[in-house]
Amino acid sequence: MKADGPAKLPSRRVAGIEKSPTGISGLDEVTYGGVPKGRPTLLCGAAGCGKTLFGLTFLYKGAVEFHEPGVFITFEEQPEDLVKNVGSLNYDLEALIAENKLAFDHVRVEPTQIAESGDYDLDGLFIRLGHAIDTVGAKRVVIDTIETLFSGLQNQAMLRAELRRLFEWLKEKGVTAIITAERGDGTLTRYGLEEYVADCVIVLDNRVQDQLSTRRLRVIKYRGSAHGTNEYPFIIDEQGITVMPITSSGLTHQASAERVSSGIPDLDAMLEGKGYFKGSSILVSGMAGSGKSTVAAHFINSACASGERCIYFAMEESPQQIMRNMRSIGIDLKKWVDEGLLNFKARRPNLYGLETHLAGMHRDVAEFQPAAVVVDPMSALMGAGMANDVHSMILRLVDFLKERAVTALFTNLNTGSAESAATAMQVSSLMDTWLLLYNREGNGEHNRQIYLLKSRGMAHSNQIREFILSPNGIKLREAYVGPAGVLTGSARLAQEARDKAEALTREQEMQRRSRNLERKRREISAQIEVLQAQLAREVDEDALLNREDVVREDQLATDRAAIAKSRHVAATPGPKAATTQKSRLEKP
Amino acid sequence: MTDQDGYNLRLYVAGQTPRSMAAIANLKKICEQHLPGRYEIEIVDLIKNPALARRHQIVAIPTLIRELPEPLKRIIGDLSNVEKVLVGLDIQPT
Repeated sequence: MKADGPAKLPSRRVAGIEKSPTGISGLDEVTYGGVPKGRPTLLCGAAGCGKTLFGLTFLYKGAVEFHEPGVFITFEEQPEDLVKNVGSLNYDLEALIAENKLAFDHVRVEPTQIAESGDYDLDGLFIRLGHAIDTVGAKRVVIDTIETLFSGLQNQAMLRAELRRLFEWLKEKGVTAIITAERGDGTLTRYGLEEYVADCVIVLDNRVQDQLSTRRLRVIKYRGSAHGTNEYPFIIDEQGITVMPITSSGLTHQASAERVSSGIPDLDAMLEGKGYFKGSSILVSGMAGSGKSTVAAHFINSACASGERCIYFAMEESPQQIMRNMRSIGIDLKKWVDEGLLNFKARRPNLYGLETHLAGMHRDVAEFQPAAVVVDPMSALMGAGMANDVHSMILRLVDFLKERAVTALFTNLNTGSAESAATAMQVSSLMDTWLLLYNREGNGEHNRQIYLLKSRGMAHSNQIREFILSPNGIKLREAYVGPAGVLTGSARLAQEARDKAEALTREQEMQRRSRNLERKRREISAQIEVLQAQLAREVDEDALLNREDVVREDQLATDRAAIAKSRHVAATPGPKAATTQKSRLEKP
Repeated sequence: MTDQDGYNLRLYVAGQTPRSMAAIANLKKICEQHLPGRYEIEIVDLIKNPALARRHQIVAIPTLIRELPEPLKRIIGDLSNVEKVLVGLDIQPT
């Protein structure tokens, strides 16, 4: 039978004491394998705690799952009623009785019909029990509730001696027994049965706080074995009893290096281009309307698209509403529901207590085996319990999901200022990745921003990005970071327009300058032309003057020759005239 | 009171224990003394017939059941307290 114990806790299982698995989910983990095999276990609690159901479950699971027939000795309820009561849990006790795997015996002790005269003992009970055990070959026995004998019989001293003898006898028989007892005032049991049955004592409790009742279980004592000592919540519903070990895993879960996409390519880019770690916990927090559910829907959509199974725990919206809303941004979740990949679990937070929620989630996850889970919004659970309790519940849920390598995305509605990073439940430290969604007001509008506050184990972006809900899903924009801070929305558009205008102006200025330069160049070259023209004019003038000089020289020479002729002097050309002649000839 | 109807008594024991033997002896003595000729005793040993314990709702041993006259009466113990037996069986002491 030991092999049937939880395989994940091998190091904690104590050798030496053999255990009998109860088949009650969670209880076998708390007790590291079940109740002591071949010994009686005392199960005490007030009326309505579920003692009888515990006993019946123990026998039913024993017969069905562990091939151990059982005997149920009832002192209070009729066997027919018991069979009917658990019929709603799909425990077919009648079939087991027919197959001789289960025997009921109703022991009726009515004090008004019985007179006592002299000594007696409880051999009759022993014989009945022995006969029932032998008939079905029982390995398990439940006695519910033997204390009734205390009100039916007068000889209490005899009764106590007989009870001691009964429990010893059960041990000799080697049957694993559960003895139920009423909780006493200040004592474990009303008649002190713990004196006789002391190997293992389990206490059930049902407390009501804020009009929500929570059932709890505690293993008070377990001789020869380690056991969880906390109070563990348990629920009773149409699927029987589920006990939730608070941290059944401790901190031993494997960390995967595998990545899963966030479903938003731009966000993946902020996460080293790969997305979240598989099996990590992601917190998406933000004000109302900041797009938390949309981020969650992207994640779910992407996981389903890669063929993974997902559960969406909706706390505030109905599945139909979520599907309709997500269609408007181009995400078709209905397709995944139809394909059986996505499972919506919509539960109002204040429908029942936290523990019941947690248990429900545990079971849903255990049944559906999803790769990803969304709790939207986690903060709604505040309506179902105190902050402390919610914290502890989320802790357990995170642990549970991590142990199963389920990637979990929690959304959290932030109240108060948009910048307030703290969550009411102080759960941010439990999360591996934390996305903050802002909804900043400015310029008469609200703009959505996304910031990756932390993401353990990766070099993530530290940018605040603006995100836009488009008909094709979430698109991230580079936010404008200027001297006045981060600008988004129309402010960003305005700034971008301004930038554009400035650039245009700069361009125009440049063009203007180059035009100026060109003009100047043209002006100067014009001036050069004028000067050259002037020079040319002057050269011409000079040549003209020179020619006039030559003419004048020639004239003078002629004149001189004429005078000399007239004076009969032989004419000789003057030096000046010759020079002038020469310079004129050298001119170009 | 006239007892024209006989007493039909059944005593449940478990083996030959001293207590069982004492109960049988005590019962016979009381009947001889108070119901001479008007009683019938059946001794049922549950060790030999354990299924009867369940059928007849026997818890304590010894248990005496008065089947007749009606109504059914139960007395548990070794019947050493005669007065209680007489009250229990509704027999007027003679």
